[in-house]
Amino acid sequence: MSKINSKANFQWLLKMAWRDGKASLSRLLLFMASIILGIAAVVSIQLFSDNLKQNIKQQSKALMGADFIIDSKEAPSKKAQAIIDSLGADASEVNFVSMAAFPKNNGTKLVKVRAIEGDFPFYGNIATTPENAGETYQNLGGALVDATLLLQYDIKPGDSIKIGELTIPITGALKSIPGSTAISSSVAPLVLIPFRFLEETDLLQLGSRKEYQYFFRAPEMDLEGLSKRINPILDAENADLDTHTSTSQRLGRRYDNVSRFLNLVAFIALLLGCIGIASSVHIYIKEKLQSVAILKCLGASRKQTFLIYLLQIISIGFVGGLIGSAIGTALQYAFPYILQDFLPFDVAISISIWPIILGVSLGVFMSVLFALLPLLGTWYVSPLEVLRGSGDPLQKPKKARMAVLIVILLFIYLFSYWILKDALHGLIFTAGIFITSAIMAGISQVFIKWIKKYFPSSWGYTKRQSLLNLFRPNNQTMVLVLAIGLGTFLISTLYFTKDILLAKTSIENKKSDANIILLDVQSEQENALLETFKSKGLDVIDNIPIITMRVERIRGKSANTISNDSTARRMKGIFNREFRVTYRDALVETEEILEGKWTGQFVKGNPIYISITDNVAKDANLKVGDAVTFNIQGVVMETVVGSIRKVDWSSMKINFNILFPTGVLEKAPQFNVMSAYVPSKEGSAAFQRDLVQQYPNITILDLRQVFTIVEDILDKISWIINFMAFFSILTGFIVLIGSVRNSKYQRIKESVLLRTLGAKSKQILEITALEYVYLGILGSLTGILLSLIGSQLLATFLFKEPFVPSAIPFLVFLPAITFLVVLIGLSNMKSVLKSPPLEVLRKEVS
Amino acid sequence: MSNILKINDLEKTYTSGSKKLTVISNITFEVETGSVFSIVGPSGSGKTTLLGLCAGLDYPSSGTIELCGTPLQDLNEDERAALRNKEVGFIFQNFQLLPTLTALENVIVPLELQGEKKAAQFGIALLEKVGLGDRLHHYPSQLSGGEQQRVALARAFSNKPSILFADEPTGNLDEETGEKVIQLLFDLNKEAGTTLVMITHDLDLANRTQQILRLKGGKITSNEKTSTI
Repeated sequence: MSKINSKANFQWLLKMAWRDGKASLSRLLLFMASIILGIAAVVSIQLFSDNLKQNIKQQSKALMGADFIIDSKEAPSKKAQAIIDSLGADASEVNFVSMAAFPKNNGTKLVKVRAIEGDFPFYGNIATTPENAGETYQNLGGALVDATLLLQYDIKPGDSIKIGELTIPITGALKSIPGSTAISSSVAPLVLIPFRFLEETDLLQLGSRKEYQYFFRAPEMDLEGLSKRINPILDAENADLDTHTSTSQRLGRRYDNVSRFLNLVAFIALLLGCIGIASSVHIYIKEKLQSVAILKCLGASRKQTFLIYLLQIISIGFVGGLIGSAIGTALQYAFPYILQDFLPFDVAISISIWPIILGVSLGVFMSVLFALLPLLGTWYVSPLEVLRGSGDPLQKPKKARMAVLIVILLFIYLFSYWILKDALHGLIFTAGIFITSAIMAGISQVFIKWIKKYFPSSWGYTKRQSLLNLFRPNNQTMVLVLAIGLGTFLISTLYFTKDILLAKTSIENKKSDANIILLDVQSEQENALLETFKSKGLDVIDNIPIITMRVERIRGKSANTISNDSTARRMKGIFNREFRVTYRDALVETEEILEGKWTGQFVKGNPIYISITDNVAKDANLKVGDAVTFNIQGVVMETVVGSIRKVDWSSMKINFNILFPTGVLEKAPQFNVMSAYVPSKEGSAAFQRDLVQQYPNITILDLRQVFTIVEDILDKISWIINFMAFFSILTGFIVLIGSVRNSKYQRIKESVLLRTLGAKSKQILEITALEYVYLGILGSLTGILLSLIGSQLLATFLFKEPFVPSAIPFLVFLPAITFLVVLIGLSNMKSVLKSPPLEVLRKEVS
Repeated sequence: MSNILKINDLEKTYTSGSKKLTVISNITFEVETGSVFSIVGPSGSGKTTLLGLCAGLDYPSSGTIELCGTPLQDLNEDERAALRNKEVGFIFQNFQLLPTLTALENVIVPLELQGEKKAAQFGIALLEKVGLGDRLHHYPSQLSGGEQQRVALARAFSNKPSILFADEPTGNLDEETGEKVIQLLFDLNKEAGTTLVMITHDLDLANRTQQILRLKGGKITSNEKTSTI
């Protein structure tokens, strides 16, 4: 019989797909809309990431300002200096954090001072106002001060700035300098001064954290070879060599992480759209099954009928992909503005073809994949349906369904793996998506069953009817709960997460919690400062002595004698580090002994028992009883690890990695850190002004300001996340509109019937509104509750913070989303309410 | 004269859980090529089931069907579809036009399935023949019941079938329109020389066919030739 198989060709299939599709165009367009935003999100992120990588590559020298840099956290050793000299540094810098004062209005602020010598940067430029200030400040002997800081303190070029003992005119507002972002300089804004004035500041004393940088211009040099040759030697001298290529690679990796995260958020929007497609196509195909049966009756094969509808889906996927890619391409121009505070350079946008191919392929592939389950129905429909019309002829071939579901999960996994480049993370993401969707779908099913079981028969007619609608044939309760739920889940999780992060930084108005920290207090200043506090009526909460030291030997072995495996590399980090250590006789509330015994007081004749944190123990591979030799500013001291302890670093307290007992370090050169609580913001500002005037070397950390900055940064981050979540939320609403529209015909038939039987507009409206109220509440409540669980898990395992959920999602999101759902639902009923029943039936149903 | 449809000891049983329901059994008859054949019987007598089986739309529980010289039991679903496309035409009580296709597009589907290049030309001629030359591009929803059935008639004859199955062709039409459609059906059938197998409740209509098969409770109660030519 194969000879008499249909001769209709592919062209006919296309023709039939078009003929049938154009009559259902509005519905097909709605399917398309479901995926457009998801595609747009994915494409825009992909394009932007591509551009970012390109820009970093192209601007790598301008990002560093030099070909390579040698830096050290202390004045270079003789050997390091010899290397620097032999390579011939073209410019150098010493930078440190200090307080700055503006004599014009007595304003004070923590700043990062960069004292530069030479013609840095060699690539890129210092952007300033006036424009040439970056070139003239060295000759004019002026300072360049962060432009935002100048605005905040109402200072203009021409005014002066006081850093330590140095008062210098401001010659320009600093807008950007290679290697610095707006965010990185938000806590301590930059101040550039000529190197020759550094001495005059009188700030390079004991305890100050300084960084020495040497900039090299060497365009022809083999930087990789140089790095390999020199870095091990510099490592041993506590210095480091960074090339512009390695720095830009590091930067690229950092932004890769950001774009991976944004990609995942975009992918969620796409998945949500696909769920919308699956649900819409399910109803669409169900309505087409009678036509499929007719076509089969007239001689069309299973393959032909299947292909007709598959072609329609491919077409909407293709066009959706194209439109999504076009929107995505346009949208990427927005990212430089959205991310501007996080980018160290201007991103030049160019369009590459690859993300657009990706968008179109994703559109086609995902539409087909998610429509495949309902599409399979056309394969199994019997031509006998033409005679019988049994109503639900959709066979559910278990094996085929299972295969499609596995392919869907596999695709989600592979795509997330491709984004995350990590098999386990991809698996966790896929499992997360699956579990969240399954829980939401499960809840909607349980809800329906629960209503069926405990149906409130005593309720009035409209209330009962609206409940009944939730489990009518072809109901979309599950899809709507999923769409509303996932959208709400995303928004609430973002909200709760922000809450957890901000809770960390909120200052309670408690006298016991310090809100001001004074660093670098010299021993001879201690008493005078305590007096100053007393005279202002302020209590010093902490007054902690700090001694800087280095680890010289671990278990008798120095840095040079340990082998070069990964443990040793971590250990070398310990050797390279300058530790700030304190001594006391008791533990504080943020500390807990994990191993060994805490010794608070040194007993003559016994070893010096120190306490180290679990992090140091891990990095240095240290156990209780191990010997550690320290070099305390030239004095070598033998100690033994007496205990290993856990420290709650998230607490806003001054914590230490290494703790000495009392009776050992009291005579060592030291400086102090003091903390206090200053009640008002204004009082704090005045107090700081006084301190800066009296003690210019002291660095003041105003936690109020820091928290405001952190809050501001988090706001900026959440704005980016919200921007991406917006795609999911909008997609959720499109899916919602699609679902509502899909059930329109059935609803209209029912409503017209009710109208014919004499139902008033108010009653019909009430039935519909109540149904959407149930759906809105169920969906959004499920989403919020799931996000509550998710946020609790995040708080416990990731942020390790207590989580006190805010009521906002319940009080604002829930009613707002429900209201929107009801609004979309009721928008469908306009034609039913305004026109006579017969007219509606003719227009809408025929 | 040869027989275009041969039915031998046909039985169709539906199983629902542990219950079995035999809809038709012991059905044996043949239909002469070119004849007009009717199947009558009360509701639930198995007429539609029998028609579905004869046209290869369903599978019998036992027995054999030979349609246009081809034993249907040897064909899979797609081969049956191809056979229907080549040899069979259908007319249904509720017209069964594709709602998203215009009248002309509905009529030419069987021709296009055959790969006929002049499908549209034939389709227009057929629609003109059934008096719908001015309704070519109307959708089914824009046509009256009688017009829809005339489109269905044109579609049924479009592939020049050897045999035409009609299931209550006037069941959804008023008497006057129904009579016009039946007359058109008989005229077209006579002109094309097609075998017509028709299910009907209407005994007057059945008496206008050459042979009447009577069904009751899923069994044949009689199979007689009428005096109608």
